Amino acid sequence: MSVFASLITTAAAGAAEAHEEASSAGLPQLDFASWPSQIFWLAFTFGVLYWLMAGKFLPSLGGAIEQRRDRMADDLDQAAEFRRQAEDAETAYNKALADARAKAQSIAADTRTEMDEEIAGLQAETDEALDKQLAAADARIEAMKTDAAAKVREAAADTTRAVVETLIDEAPTDDAVAKAIDAVARA
Amino acid sequence: MMGLQAAGPMEQFEIVPIVPLSFGGLDISFTNSSLWMLIGTTAIAVFFFAATRRAGLVPGRLQSAAEVMYEFVADLVRDTIGAEGRKFFPYVFTLFLWILVANLFGLLPSFPRSPQALHVFTPTSHLIVTLALAMLTISIVIVYGFWKNGLKFLKLFWPSGLPWPMYAIIPLIEVISFLSRPLSLAIRLFANMFAGHIILKLFAGFVVSLLAAEGAIKLFGLAPFLGAVAVTALEFLVAALQAYVFAVLTCIYLSDAAHAADH
Repeated sequence: MSVFASLITTAAAGAAEAHEEASSAGLPQLDFASWPSQIFWLAFTFGVLYWLMAGKFLPSLGGAIEQRRDRMADDLDQAAEFRRQAEDAETAYNKALADARAKAQSIAADTRTEMDEEIAGLQAETDEALDKQLAAADARIEAMKTDAAAKVREAAADTTRAVVETLIDEAPTDDAVAKAIDAVARA
Repeated sequence: MMGLQAAGPMEQFEIVPIVPLSFGGLDISFTNSSLWMLIGTTAIAVFFFAATRRAGLVPGRLQSAAEVMYEFVADLVRDTIGAEGRKFFPYVFTLFLWILVANLFGLLPSFPRSPQALHVFTPTSHLIVTLALAMLTISIVIVYGFWKNGLKFLKLFWPSGLPWPMYAIIPLIEVISFLSRPLSLAIRLFANMFAGHIILKLFAGFVVSLLAAEGAIKLFGLAPFLGAVAVTALEFLVAALQAYVFAVLTCIYLSDAAHAADH
């Protein structure tokens, strides 16, 4: 208890002392004699600081910030430009690729058509030659057949004539022989 | 321990002349207040000189810090006043930094046993300093307001679009509110600094008084000591906050002046 009491007494003494001093001297803030000096030095230091800030430091800082902002904007613009160029190049490449592919396909198609035509031509030529040979062979066979038939007929006529002559001792006329042969051949 | 003697809480606000000067009959002596204004301003100037000496595309550490402050205040001015705020930017920036540094440097510890003239001093704990800054802001508001809007600046006190009976009372309220601006601006900053330093000093005084006592009572000095530590941390916050509040209100009043005719 005595500790607490002396605590209060000590604190109160300090406070009282403080109060006494304040009231005896008055508030330093209300000592008007010091005001001109405070205003003067405030105006001086504030004025000099304003002059330095407005004239030198702030333009320099603002300039640096502005310059950086411009530079970044420029760099971004340039990056966009590069990107656009890259995209253009890609488009051009794709187009060239598509063109080349189309060209290759057209060349292949042309070649195929050409070769088909050539093959067809060769085929036609060959067919024609073969047809011709076939026709010639047929004609030859026909001729040989006709020839053979004529020769058979002649042989038959001769034989007929000789047989008739031997039998009746009279040579038949060619007409009669031919008529007889025709009758036999028809049968 | 018996030699310790706590100074009164008002002693820290005393103006102590260092170099007596007078000009036209006025006492403009270089005092401890002038000294700390000069120290703060010089510190700011040295910092910004170092930060902008080689201002470049790739900022160094100091330049980055300075640019953060620049952008902070520039954003504040742009958001509050708009495009017209550009010309007030150097003023708001200087005001903010001057007050901030004056507030913060006042929280530095003094050298033990140094003469009172060299004790750490907070220029913004004096009403006349904050009042002068507030009057400067309000003067700029009035001059710019009339220059920009002509007599339409007075529409600030005559807001359009109210039901007509309101005009009996609103202009009066607007005038009173306008006239109280410099006072509230000045007293807010001054009172915060003043009260903060008194509380700090009272806590510190209790520590000294209790340590001077006999026996186990000394241990009770720990409580006000911790209190002083906590209040010191709080005061750093208040120092920055009040500088910011002063700058914000300055911007709002300037915005009023810039856009009075639109009301």
